[in-house]
Amino acid sequence: MSEEKRLLNVSASPHFRSNDTVTGIMLDVIIAMIPSLLASTYIFGLRVLLVTAVSVVSCVGFEFISRKVMKRHNTLADLSAVVTGMLLAFNLPVDIPLAMVVIGAAVAIIVAKQFFGGIGQNFVNPALVGRIVLMVSFPVYMSNYGMPFAWQHKGVDIVTTATPLSVLGNVADKADLTGADLPSLMYMFMGIRQGSIGEVCAIALILGFLYLLIRKVIKPTIPLCFVGTVALIMLIAGKGNFTFVGYEVLSGGLLLGAIFMATDYTTSPVNFKGQVIFAIGCGLITSVIRLFGSLPEGVSFSIIIMNILVPQIEKFTTPKPFGTVKEKKAKEETK
Amino acid sequence: MADKKKPLYKEFTKGLIKENPVLRLVLGTCPTLAVTTSVESAIGMGLSASFVLICSNIVISALRKLIPDKVRIPCYIVVIASFTTIVQMLVKAFLPDIDKQLGVYLPLIVVNCIIFGRAEAYAGKNRVIASAVDGVGMGVGFTIALFLMGAVREFFGSGAFYGHKIFPESMPAMTVFILAPGGFFVFGLLMACANKLAEKKGVPKAELKGCEACPMAQSCKIALIDKEKCEENTVKEATAE
Repeated sequence: MSEEKRLLNVSASPHFRSNDTVTGIMLDVIIAMIPSLLASTYIFGLRVLLVTAVSVVSCVGFEFISRKVMKRHNTLADLSAVVTGMLLAFNLPVDIPLAMVVIGAAVAIIVAKQFFGGIGQNFVNPALVGRIVLMVSFPVYMSNYGMPFAWQHKGVDIVTTATPLSVLGNVADKADLTGADLPSLMYMFMGIRQGSIGEVCAIALILGFLYLLIRKVIKPTIPLCFVGTVALIMLIAGKGNFTFVGYEVLSGGLLLGAIFMATDYTTSPVNFKGQVIFAIGCGLITSVIRLFGSLPEGVSFSIIIMNILVPQIEKFTTPKPFGTVKEKKAKEETK
Repeated sequence: MADKKKPLYKEFTKGLIKENPVLRLVLGTCPTLAVTTSVESAIGMGLSASFVLICSNIVISALRKLIPDKVRIPCYIVVIASFTTIVQMLVKAFLPDIDKQLGVYLPLIVVNCIIFGRAEAYAGKNRVIASAVDGVGMGVGFTIALFLMGAVREFFGSGAFYGHKIFPESMPAMTVFILAPGGFFVFGLLMACANKLAEKKGVPKAELKGCEACPMAQSCKIALIDKEKCEENTVKEATAE
């Protein structure tokens, strides 16, 4: 919009608007996810791209169909379905049957997003709902993580081993953990380990995080508080064993969840105080599930549970409007 | 509100969609979610509850002038409990498999709120024949709703229908449908469909405003008061503007 046009534009308040658009933000998120996608393609082979493509295409397709059926305006252009599709694929193991990817996309887009009114109205993160429904329905396929670089050694028999998290869960005394049965911390950092498509490569995820920070798409509050809480609790649980903390932070979907999924605008609180409460809650639930639960991983469940609590958090952290006095004070003054 | 102008068959058909006890009145959700993991137990539950509902409707309606208003709830419970005991004994004797599947939910028919709701809202105020027809309609509506839920959940959740495998072995079933979240999901979808159907039949669209749209509105005193209040408020708002 030119300067003159902007001045002549008569509209209702607010009159100051940022130039951010939903499409722009979603595009930034997609760009931020690309390093992780590339790293994963290098680690797990080209099937990563196939799974991601199927997920994205089916998410966009379901979005289109459900908007058509519900007779609402088309929202394909805001790219939110593409982001959901990529996040869903990031949460799946590389060898998952493609039909299951489509089911996950249907659950994510139709049930979690469009039934509640589409973008901006969903009360939980759609991609996580897709993942959890798949996880509960097909536990065998969802925990069949491929070995890194298996695609380069086609003929060789590859022994599937336990994921780092399930090894960690079986360690009796967390303080004695040395990491002998696990890939080294450096490997964990570079992503040469088992896991879902998008969660393995910590460097790529952190690159994406920095990009989002520089573009001011997200604030660092939620990711830092989330990871910080988990690290702190693991430090206590491991009685000061930093190796253990390192493995806990780098394994599972913690970084992916903290950076890309807990920070979803629709399902996280708007102001600083609320975001801190939200993120600490996520960290607490994740740690409790990891330490005491029967499942090895709890990031997705923790984010979903805190998503549901967001309205309550917002209620308690509503800031005082400028120029007003708190009710109690006002009453005392009138007395 | 013994409405004599209303033909009797309408008392039956209202229970199917317009005032379907599960999908429109949202009564009896607990057994609905608990026993609909398979078609067999859903039908078993639906028929047993329908039997108790019809019989208790008849008896309560016949006794409506004898039962003092202040102690009507205990009286209703005695009537309902005796019929539930009969059903329980019959099912235990002749259909032990279904008895095992339903477990505690069979004796819990005593406190099923559909039966209570009909006794309170209909049978306690209407003639015997009308009450019996109402009971049949509600019972059929309840059974249909349970059957639909059971069919969807069993089909997706264990790949079968009435115990017969449909899915090929290579195709894994979606366990989530058997679990509680899947139950709520199917329940919500069926409710949406029932609302849509009811809307097509001319029932006003349900909104979070007043209780005119409630399927119970006709037999509910609060609805009338609420309606007056709503109208007052709108008048006030109009004058304020």
